[in-house]
Amino acid sequence: MLIDPKLQQPAEAVPGQPPARPAVKIDGVSKSFDGTLALEPTWLKIRKGEFLTLLGPSGCGKTTLLNLVAGFLEPDKGELFIDDALVTQVPVHKREIGIVFQNYALFPHMNVLKNVEYGLRTRGVPAAEARDRAMETLRLVKLDQFADRRPKQLSGGQQQRVALARALVIRPKVLLLDEPFSALDRNLRAAMQIELKEIQHSLGVTTIFVTHDQGEALSMSDRIAVMSKGRVRQIGSPEEIYASPADRFVGTFVGDANLLTGTVTTSESGTLTLDLAGTALTLPQSAAPEAAAGETVELFARPEACQLVAPGTPGAVPATVSFAVYQGAHVELHLACPAAAEGPIMLRVPVANVPKVGAAVAVALPEAPVIFTGEAQ
Amino acid sequence: MNCTPLDHLLTWSGRILVALILGFVLLPFVVVLIASFNHSSILTFPPQDWSLRWYAHAFEYDDFADGVKNSLIIAAFGSTLALVAGTGFAYVLNRYEFRGKATLHAVLMSSLVIPNFTIGLGLLILAASVSIPRSMGLLVFLHITIVLPFVVRSVYVSLQNFERQLEAAAESLGAAPRRVLFTITLPLLLPGLAAGWLFAAILSFNEFTASLFLVNQRTQTLPVAMYNYVREYADPTLAAVSVIYVVAVAAMLILAHIFFRLEKVLNVD
Ligand SMILES: Nc1ncnc2c1ncn2[C@@H]1O[C@H](COP(=O)(O)OP(=O)(O)OP(=O)(O)O)[C@@H](O)[C@H]1O
Ligand SMILES: [Mg+2]
Repeated sequence: MLIDPKLQQPAEAVPGQPPARPAVKIDGVSKSFDGTLALEPTWLKIRKGEFLTLLGPSGCGKTTLLNLVAGFLEPDKGELFIDDALVTQVPVHKREIGIVFQNYALFPHMNVLKNVEYGLRTRGVPAAEARDRAMETLRLVKLDQFADRRPKQLSGGQQQRVALARALVIRPKVLLLDEPFSALDRNLRAAMQIELKEIQHSLGVTTIFVTHDQGEALSMSDRIAVMSKGRVRQIGSPEEIYASPADRFVGTFVGDANLLTGTVTTSESGTLTLDLAGTALTLPQSAAPEAAAGETVELFARPEACQLVAPGTPGAVPATVSFAVYQGAHVELHLACPAAAEGPIMLRVPVANVPKVGAAVAVALPEAPVIFTGEAQ
Repeated sequence: MNCTPLDHLLTWSGRILVALILGFVLLPFVVVLIASFNHSSILTFPPQDWSLRWYAHAFEYDDFADGVKNSLIIAAFGSTLALVAGTGFAYVLNRYEFRGKATLHAVLMSSLVIPNFTIGLGLLILAASVSIPRSMGLLVFLHITIVLPFVVRSVYVSLQNFERQLEAAAESLGAAPRRVLFTITLPLLLPGLAAGWLFAAILSFNEFTASLFLVNQRTQTLPVAMYNYVREYADPTLAAVSVIYVVAVAAMLILAHIFFRLEKVLNVD
C-alpha cells in the first residue's frame, strides 16, 4: 500500500520498553452513573503508535472508558493526559481525536468527500487543500471513486471505511474505535480487521479499539486490556493474555480453557504438590509461590497444552470421554473428569485416533500450568 | 400470481372504500367548485347557466384583496415567530431535564384544549383592559399563541428522530457547538422545521374564530372578510374565493413537497 509521507507519523512504540512519554495517560479515572460505578479508578498508559484494545463482556465499561478519553463524559475523579497535556477539562472538539462509531455516524446530508473534509474545514484548512487531503485519505481506504456518493448509497463496509477516513484525515493524536465492525458480516469483518491494522501500522497512529470479540482482540492488538465489571483485570500483549491470564475471568474470557480444582498438599523447598481429586501432581513452587498447604486452588490449562495419554500414566488425571465433535481438521473431545472445576475438560485430537465415547482415558497437564489462588479464582 | 375470489373481493372493497373516503372528503369542495361557475347571482344548486363573473368580482372586491394582504402578513410573521419560539421550546424539552418540564409541556399544549374563541375573547378583554389597540401586532401575537403548539409538536418529533451521534461525530472532528448546530443539526432538521412552518402558516391563514374578536375594518383577515361578505350578499363570489383559496394552498403544498424531495436528491449542502 502506498502511504503519503505527510500522513505518516513516527511510530515510537518500542516493544518491551516502558515509554518515556505516553500518548495517552489515564490517571486514576473513575465514573459512576446515578451512584452505580461504571468504571473503577483506572490507570493506563498508551504508547505512541500503539494499538490498544479494550476487551470485555457487554456492560463492563469499555464504552464508558472510551467516552472519557474522547471527552463525551467527564470523570468523577482522576485526570487524563493526551501527549503530556492535561485534557480532563478540555472539550471534545479541542482534543484532536478521531472517532469511528459503531453505526458509522456519517453525515447523511453530505457526500463522501464532504464528510471526509469536514474535520479539515472545521480546522480552517483552505478548501483546495482540504479537498486534496480528503481525496488522499479516501485513496488510502480505496474509496476515492465514491467521493461524490451519499453515505446511503454505500455498503456497510464502504461506509465504515469512509468513517475511518474521516477520523484519520485530521491526523488525530488518538484514534478511538468503538466496536467498529460489529455490524459487518464475518468475511467483511476479517477483511476490515486486516485493512485497519495495516493502515494503523503504516500511519503509526495511536489507537484505542473497543471490542467484545476476543479473536478480534488477539489478532489486531499490540496490547489488550481485559475488562470486567468496570475494572481492568489485566493488561498485556496478546501472547501474555493468552498464555498467562492473571485470573480465572481473563483465562476463560479469552480463548478456550480447562479448569481443575486441587488442594495444596505441600508447598516447600521449591516444590508444590497438588491433589487433583485423587491424582497427585508435582509442580515447581514458582507456579504458585504464595499457596499454603491445605489451600484450594485452580489449575488452568489451554486445550492445546493438554495431552491425551493412556490411563494410569503417572501425573495424568483420569477422565472419561463424554462426547466427540468432528471439526474437519481435528476432533474436539469433551471429557468428564472428577477434578474439573466446571463443565467438561476439552482437548483437540487428530482425526486418526479418536477414543470411543465412554472410554477411560487420562489427560497429561502442561508442565508449568497457570495456578489461580485466592481472589484470582 | 393466483387470485382467489376472496382476493378480488378484498381488492374491490378496498378500492370502493378509498373512493368513498375521497368522495366524502372532496364532496363539499366539489359542490362549491360547481357553484362558483353559476351565472345566477343567487346560490342555487345545480347551476342553470355558467360564467366566470364571480371570479372577476372576487378579484375586484377590495375587502378581499386587503384581507389576503392582511392574512398573508399575519401568517408570515406569526408562523415565523412561532417557528423560532417553538424550535427553542422543542429543543429545550427534548434536550434538557429540569424541574417543571412536565408543566412547560402541558402549558405549551394547553391551547389545543382551549377553544380558539376563548383565546380570542381572553386576548380582547386583556387588550382592552390595558388599552392596547386592535392592531396587526395584536393579531400576530394571537396567531402565534394559536399555532405554537403545532410548531412545537412538529419540531419536537423531528428532534426525537434526530441521530444525536451525528453531533458527537462533528464535535470529535473539531466543530465547536455553534458550528455543529449550523452545519449538522439545523440542516438535518430543516425539512421538519419547514413542514412545521408551513403547517403553522396554513393554520394561521385559515384561522377565523379568534381573529373575529380582534380585527377592525383595517386589519380584517380574509376569512373575516368572507364572513362579512356572506352576511350581506348571497351570490357565488364566496364559492369563487374558496376555489382560489384551495388551489393556492394546494399549489403551495405541492411546491413544498417537490422542493424538499429535490433537496434530498440533489447534492445541496
Ligand atoms: N449514560 C449512562 N447512564 C447510566 N448508566 C450508564 C450510562 N452509560 C453506561 N451506563 C452503565 O455503565 C455500565 C458500563 O456501560 P458501557 O456502555 O461502558 O459498557 P460496554 O462495555 O461498552 O458494553 P457494550 O459491550 O454492551 O457496549 C453499564 O452497566 C451501563 O448500564
Ligand atoms: Mg459499548
